[in-house]
Amino acid sequence: MADLATYALTAIGLVFFVAGTAGLIRFPDTFSRLHALTKADNLGLGFIVMGIGFQTERWSQLAVLLLIWALALLAAGTVAQLVARAALTTGKDE
Amino acid sequence: MTVWLHLVALVLLGSLGGALWRVWRGPSQADRMMAAQLTGTGGVAVLIVLAALQDWSLLIVAVALALLAAVAAVGFAKSQSPDGAGDPEEIKPAGDWSDLNASEAGDG
Repeated sequence: MADLATYALTAIGLVFFVAGTAGLIRFPDTFSRLHALTKADNLGLGFIVMGIGFQTERWSQLAVLLLIWALALLAAGTVAQLVARAALTTGKDE
Repeated sequence: MTVWLHLVALVLLGSLGGALWRVWRGPSQADRMMAAQLTGTGGVAVLIVLAALQDWSLLIVAVALALLAAVAAVGFAKSQSPDGAGDPEEIKPAGDWSDLNASEAGDG
């Protein structure tokens, strides 16, 4: 049962990850790429973390996994703001 | 299960390849920084999958990589403004904000 959950969740995480990367490549504008990067990839990371969570043997591993995801979410939020502001102030090039 | 996780790790590495293309192609500095962020996030995901495959102590490496990716973005933001302060609340940030000030003055 746990393996089934891992299969499903990592597959969904993979889909979001590839979508985020495709967005990063295909989007026309710097700021729209930023959306693709910080939102889709973190969602993908979240699903992969949940999928791998089913494989952990000890509670400490699960705690570290959730810590990683929380850090990634916090980092993405601040990074998006910082990079967007830096891109806005340095130049209007797309 | 292990075959599937290896496949997941491979596809994640492929997505990192996409990030490298953006680093090469990226017109502005911010795009290259974004690709570095994707390498950070993608690297964390690959490390997590490998931790499940081989050795659970890889999770600590993933935590470190997640932290460093965030700090790298701070370094980038600080390097963008000329005086290096890079303070997001700067009154007169680098570059010409003339149009923005005009709009503020308009409805000020």
